[in-house]
Amino acid sequence: MSKWLNPRSAFGIALIAVALLGLPFVAAMGGQAWVRILDFAILYVFLALGLNIVVGFAGLLDLGYIAFYAVGAYTWALLASPHFGLHLPIWVILPIGAGLACFAGVLLGSPTLKLRGDYLAIVTLGFGEIVRIFMNNLNAPVNITNGPQGITLIDPVAFGDFRFSGTSQLFGLSVSGPIKYYYLLVALAILVIVINLRLQHSRIGRAWQAIREDEIAAKAVGINTRNIKLLAFAMGASFGGIAGGVFAAMQGFVSPESFSLMESIMILAMVVLGGMGHIPGVILGAVLLSILPEVLRYGVGPAQMALFGKMLVDPESLRMLVFGLALVLVMRFKPAGLWPSPERKRELQEAGQ
Amino acid sequence: MDIFLQQIINGLVQGSIYALVALGYTMVYGIMGLINFAHGEVVMIGTLVTITVAGSLIKAGMPVALAGLAGVSASVLVCMALGWGLERIAYRPLRNAPRLTPLITAIGMSIVLQNLAMMIWGRNYLTFPPLLPKMDFEFAGANFTAIQVIIVLVSAATMGGLLLLVYRTKLGMAMRATAQNPAVASLMGVNINRVIAAAFVIGSALGALAGVMVGGYYEIAHYQMGFMLGLKAFTAAVLGGIGNLGGAMLGGILLGIIEALGAGYIGDLTGGFLGSHYQDIFAFIVLIVVLMFKPSGLFGEKTGDRA
Amino acid sequence: MHAKLSVVALSVAAAFALSACGQKEEPKAAAPAAPAGKPEVVVKLGHVAPMTGPQAHLGKDNENGAVLAIEELNAKGLEIGGAKVKFQLLAEDDAADPKQGAIVAQKLVDAKVNGVIGHLNSGTTIPASKLYSDAGIPQISGSATNPKYTQQGFKTAFRVMANDVQQGRALGEFAAKQGVKTVAVVDDRTAYGQGLADEFKKAAEASGLKVVATEYTNDKATDFKAILTKIKSTKAELVFYGGMDAQGGPMAKQMKELGIKAKFLGGDGVCTPEFMKLGGEATEGNFCSLPGQPLEKLAKGPEFREKFTKKFNAEIQLYAPYVYDAVMVMADSMKRADSVDPVKYLPAIGQTKYDGVTALIEFDPQGDLKGGAISIYQYKGGKLEYVETLGGSSVATAKAEVKEAVDSVKDAAKAVAGAATAVGKEAVGDAKEAAKDVVKAGAEAVKNAADATKAAVEKK
Repeated sequence: MSKWLNPRSAFGIALIAVALLGLPFVAAMGGQAWVRILDFAILYVFLALGLNIVVGFAGLLDLGYIAFYAVGAYTWALLASPHFGLHLPIWVILPIGAGLACFAGVLLGSPTLKLRGDYLAIVTLGFGEIVRIFMNNLNAPVNITNGPQGITLIDPVAFGDFRFSGTSQLFGLSVSGPIKYYYLLVALAILVIVINLRLQHSRIGRAWQAIREDEIAAKAVGINTRNIKLLAFAMGASFGGIAGGVFAAMQGFVSPESFSLMESIMILAMVVLGGMGHIPGVILGAVLLSILPEVLRYGVGPAQMALFGKMLVDPESLRMLVFGLALVLVMRFKPAGLWPSPERKRELQEAGQ
Repeated sequence: MDIFLQQIINGLVQGSIYALVALGYTMVYGIMGLINFAHGEVVMIGTLVTITVAGSLIKAGMPVALAGLAGVSASVLVCMALGWGLERIAYRPLRNAPRLTPLITAIGMSIVLQNLAMMIWGRNYLTFPPLLPKMDFEFAGANFTAIQVIIVLVSAATMGGLLLLVYRTKLGMAMRATAQNPAVASLMGVNINRVIAAAFVIGSALGALAGVMVGGYYEIAHYQMGFMLGLKAFTAAVLGGIGNLGGAMLGGILLGIIEALGAGYIGDLTGGFLGSHYQDIFAFIVLIVVLMFKPSGLFGEKTGDRA
Repeated sequence: MHAKLSVVALSVAAAFALSACGQKEEPKAAAPAAPAGKPEVVVKLGHVAPMTGPQAHLGKDNENGAVLAIEELNAKGLEIGGAKVKFQLLAEDDAADPKQGAIVAQKLVDAKVNGVIGHLNSGTTIPASKLYSDAGIPQISGSATNPKYTQQGFKTAFRVMANDVQQGRALGEFAAKQGVKTVAVVDDRTAYGQGLADEFKKAAEASGLKVVATEYTNDKATDFKAILTKIKSTKAELVFYGGMDAQGGPMAKQMKELGIKAKFLGGDGVCTPEFMKLGGEATEGNFCSLPGQPLEKLAKGPEFREKFTKKFNAEIQLYAPYVYDAVMVMADSMKRADSVDPVKYLPAIGQTKYDGVTALIEFDPQGDLKGGAISIYQYKGGKLEYVETLGGSSVATAKAEVKEAVDSVKDAAKAVAGAATAVGKEAVGDAKEAAKDVVKAGAEAVKNAADATKAAVEKK
């Protein structure tokens, strides 16, 4: 820990803190829509870091991560909306959401402990679909999730009388809903980052790393691989559950279509693209992949108009095309991700020789 | 009874389609241990090329049989080229990369191919030209059509052909050697690059064939049709034991029949609690149960420590 | 590591400073200040629909409807609050995705639009409506038919089209009139399909039909044989499908392949040329419904079609006339309130009585169209043929009711005359009785007609 007290790194942290604090107001100059995009970027950072525990640290390929996000979102939606007439406060709902997601994580983890690699991938993928399909259909015979109609009028995050939706006056500044959520999300994200950093260098973190590198050897040195793997699933899932809760509160509306397989794949892409297991890399991947499509949305159309004077290709298809190409090209030239951990990079270089 | 028979026929045909696509997955996986996530997109391109070529030739006045043949050949050729290109661009440079990396490029290629197809063929559903005369059969109260019979026969024949290729030819021997140990195989004079490229090209040709079958059966096509189909077929391949040709075939058919019987009977069995709205998850539940007891699928060989 | 941290911080800050600068060039909010002498106010209306994705063609159609309305309004040169008003359309794309819908809605709120027309899909309209409601911006959708949109209790949410409840009910009643006794219901587990199918089921059961099977598929499926085989085993006489044409067409076809003789019925999602293209011969003779009335039956319909095709050189796809009316209703409300300020003109929307292209538009307290009409069509020879209109309170329907009543009075009179000549003198007493009955029936019919007229006038 002592290295954090180094004046240069203290300066760096201070600079990041200032940048993070000021960011939403800078973005707000371009419109609240940009703040909202930022909010989603941080939400994805949160999700990607959660998945990073499972995929990056423990090396378990999880293609159904969105299921935990869905569990968290639906927990919030059901406990804080007119659907059941419940309006519980945040400190009740978020722990329940995280707990349920954690339980779902163990539920998924326990039958799949024996599976490796691609087999695990397809089973987790199936699990994600199972959760989504249940949410989509549990409106009969007893209406629990309201089926495909989704749940509307979900309460925003609120601490006492302080609500996160709508504009309020704080310290003489007019602060909009998205900006308030931004700070909440940054606070949560910092919490996750700290937990991730601490985990990485703890006994558990080293055990995960051992399993990732060689499960049989890990078992041989006395690591309880079963429990350690389950712990990875459970922790990753809990973070997903919390992120889901915030998502539901922020959107005010959840429906099963927000939890498709494509979302799971997107989050996995963030982790891998940034640099599996390396926290700054994962953050970079999440921010890039969530903001890139939006930047392309604003950029592709006008750029064509400027270059050719007319729309040659419709912006949306070009946007996704560029996105897909970016995935391929980054992986092609930086197979360990944009910002891999130093060890990973070294290993790769060795393997390449 | 006629209803039960009908459901079995439904499942068999659907399952044969899964099997045909699953063979393509397994072909590549067996040799490289790589999930070619873009295989569903190859199937989609196969269908769309057939529609364009056969459709325009029919419009130009060519006899239907000839136009159909031209369409199928064009689609097989295009897909073979596509498979070769995919391997060269997206997979070969990553052969020594971490295992997840090619998975992400595959997803990237899948997005690229879908959007390219959307630009070329548009967003609307296309209709498949009627290449076969309409023939309906009835057997013990169950109805089926000519194309359904053809689908089952084609996928069985394809599997047979592939087995011959892998176990009776020199290329097949090279493939098996590469699958076992690429380094040793290359020392023995096997051109690894060529063998892997061949696997991709053959797998993609199968994809084209599957595309023609799917198009001919449902008579519609769309740029997003490959994704779900690819997913189901991949599930089938894993169910049977990925990398195993016979396993892919049986996994596909099993999956098709589970889905049909599940949709047909589970509602009555559970008093309406579980119905056809859960059709898509029966397959996954069976998969999870099978893998709990047989972690490498029904017919999978024990895989080494590939992770 | 240390150096890296500060580099990241700087680059992040720089990146956002840049992106924020880039954004500043966006058009600023409407300047209410007007040059001296000739005051002019720019009124910004947002329009949201998917311009990309599978429903892009419908999105463009909606936008065209709005563009047409705005051009006409500007040509007319409206004056509101003593200033000349110029309408401006801010068209946005939500790709039919709820998350993007919210982002785009936020963009419009930022741009301080005076009102919003849209969105096209219920799935994006519902989450977006919360943002508009929070910002106090009135929203009128010309195509979002999910009942939930207006049930949330937002004062800013309106629609100028019948909702799925009204449509499902009409379809259920129509099915009962087809002489079938058992129906099977299939839905695609989307918000639209499930909502419609549920309402249909309720109405069908209320009309004495028996629902013998409820099956499900999804909006990406191509194979329906398993559920259709099950339906076949129940011997249902009619299959209702709540979903879109891309599944409905192949479903109709596979019904035929399985030898199912049941009729096929669906809502507006399958009432498209696309459905007939995909379903081929299997669609022939079956029925579907569309909210509203066919343009040909509406007083201003043909005129609108002509204007539209002349301007855009394209056929009307589906909802353009409704979007056109939505813009007109908003402008009309501004005029009546004599203000373009959302706070001031919002109450005026609720009191709308606007004789639009699609209907006489009035809203109920929720913001739904009062008495929305549903029309039934039949697939015939590759075309959609109009069959009848159910519900609706338009003047035309009331007139038709009056005419029917008058006809029945005439019939009654004829019957009296007939009865008089038919019976002999010896049966005069009986004849008188019979005549009395007939006359009584006639009088009742006249009374009903009067009631209907009164009701129609009251509604107006």
